Amino acid sequence: MNTLLKMSWVELKLFIREPITMFFTLVLPIMFLFVMGEVFGNSPDNQGGIEVYRGMGAMNVYTPSYIGLVMAAIGLFSIPVHLTSYRERGVLRRLRASSISTWTLFSSQLIVSFVVTSVCSIILVILAFPVYDVITPESIILLIVAFMISTISFTAIGILMGALLPTSRAAQGIGLLLFFLMLMLSGAGPPREVMSDPMKYIGDAMPLTHISILLQDTWLGFGWNWARFGIVAGFGVGATVIAYRFFRWD
Amino acid sequence: MNNVIEVEHLKKTYGSFTAVDDVSFHVEEGEVFGLLGPNGAGKTTSIECIQALRHSFTGDVSVLGLDPRKDARELRKYIGSQLQESALPNRMKVWEALDLFASFAPNALDWELLLKQWGLAEKRNSSFGGLSGGQQQRLFIALALVNDPKIVFLDEMTQGLDPAARRVAWDLVRAVRDKGKTVVMVTHFMDEAENLCDRLAIVNKGRIVATDSPQGLINSYATQIKVLFSTDEPDLSYLEQIPSVNSVNRYGSHVEILGTGPILPLVAAALVENGITPSDLRVDQPTLEDVFLILTRDVEPAEINQ
Ligand SMILES: Nc1ncnc2c1ncn2[C@@H]1O[C@H](COP(=O)(O)OP(=O)(O)OP(=O)(O)O)[C@@H](O)[C@H]1O
Ligand SMILES: [Mg+2]
Repeated sequence: MNTLLKMSWVELKLFIREPITMFFTLVLPIMFLFVMGEVFGNSPDNQGGIEVYRGMGAMNVYTPSYIGLVMAAIGLFSIPVHLTSYRERGVLRRLRASSISTWTLFSSQLIVSFVVTSVCSIILVILAFPVYDVITPESIILLIVAFMISTISFTAIGILMGALLPTSRAAQGIGLLLFFLMLMLSGAGPPREVMSDPMKYIGDAMPLTHISILLQDTWLGFGWNWARFGIVAGFGVGATVIAYRFFRWD
Repeated sequence: MNNVIEVEHLKKTYGSFTAVDDVSFHVEEGEVFGLLGPNGAGKTTSIECIQALRHSFTGDVSVLGLDPRKDARELRKYIGSQLQESALPNRMKVWEALDLFASFAPNALDWELLLKQWGLAEKRNSSFGGLSGGQQQRLFIALALVNDPKIVFLDEMTQGLDPAARRVAWDLVRAVRDKGKTVVMVTHFMDEAENLCDRLAIVNKGRIVATDSPQGLINSYATQIKVLFSTDEPDLSYLEQIPSVNSVNRYGSHVEILGTGPILPLVAAALVENGITPSDLRVDQPTLEDVFLILTRDVEPAEINQ
């Protein structure tokens, strides 16, 4: 336990010392918040007769999505780049030569994800409430449950990518590509209501889509979405199992 | 004596390439055991198999009674590793690294003390990436010792250390040995091997070609003694008549005589008898380096019977 806490604490400090990941996880979602907020505001709207934003104000819908975006930045970019560069440079070799277990390494990534996502989410919310008058979450408890399962799921995806991708350059390229694809097709960018069918199908294959909707549903009062929960949990379990199976230390 | 490491017919291949062909040796508790050999001989591969850092090798390996393939995590609690190639995160601070690795071990040493012993006290708050190569190396040695291991593996420990730091490292390795620990080390420095190791294995092309104490190796493999002096006297053929002299070579006025046994007094006597009294008459004792060169020459080990 002491080992896990120490490892997590050191990893958290290292995370904070890394400017690029800090930019993707914190600055980028905040930038989206303000850019989209200035463009779409937060009153119910319809575009060309189609009801968008689930019939709510744009920022009510976007704010939970941006919390998902923080998780996506960590899961798709920072963890894969972190783990692959650890492997490339021999840090994982050095760690394994001590008696650290695979689970301790994985769990430390999860704890770092939780802390960073929580802090970034709180900052986002603190900015969103006064500026765009975002509604308060309908069910805090359900929102927290959704938040936890989503964080676990994206962390597992990050670890899976870290396990499978050969180099940190590959992780950077593929991570950024997936991040921007998900940003555009998950509903965190253009609303899903105005997407063409192929866009929706691709979006449905992306974990961020389901995480956004799971978070939105609890926040906006649509209740607990078991189907989305099942999909998000499935991504998490699947990624964990495959990552554990294929993780290499060198 | 109690063997803490026993290796029988260790073999490790990468695809069709055999990195370690057939390595067998044992290490006794409390000794400093060295591996010496040319680049690519398979030293690192061998000791990393033993440390459970490489998989799918064959042969019988037992370390402290544990099999590295089955009890890897248990084994790592009792061994300390300084690896030839590894790194820490660039932004990790020296004290953070020691503190972290100490937390992995149930009975870790006081890492503040290690920090001082290895001359890193004033680098405590520096990032790993900002350390010089030698300072990084010292940190890795300190990390290998922080879990108070029973066996320490040092793979080219003094690579990149300045001469003074090298001596400090030697003293600290002796201190580790004096605490009853076992040390297994790989080195390319003959003086280091001679000064620190109780026994040495010479590795060539994935096989161990000789194992003995440094002096034992010299006695059995480097038997040629060299006597040197200079003279302008043209005829030295009488020296070739001395029974234990094998060859007399002249390089200008320099004369080099190779032979076995006590050739110096015999040569000296013959020279005096013939009216030559060179002031620079001297003998070159064979060294470990000669053994190394003889045993790792590019021929099959079997062909090197002197
Ligand atoms: N992971 C690997 N994949 C393929 N070949 C490898 C691998 N590791 C080592 N080898 C090969 O195995 C041989 C032995 O390597 P090893 O690192 O054990 O040598 P060494 O004796 O430690 O040499 P050095 O003195 O240069 O450190 C080399 O030819 C090397 O190229
Ligand atoms: Mg080596």
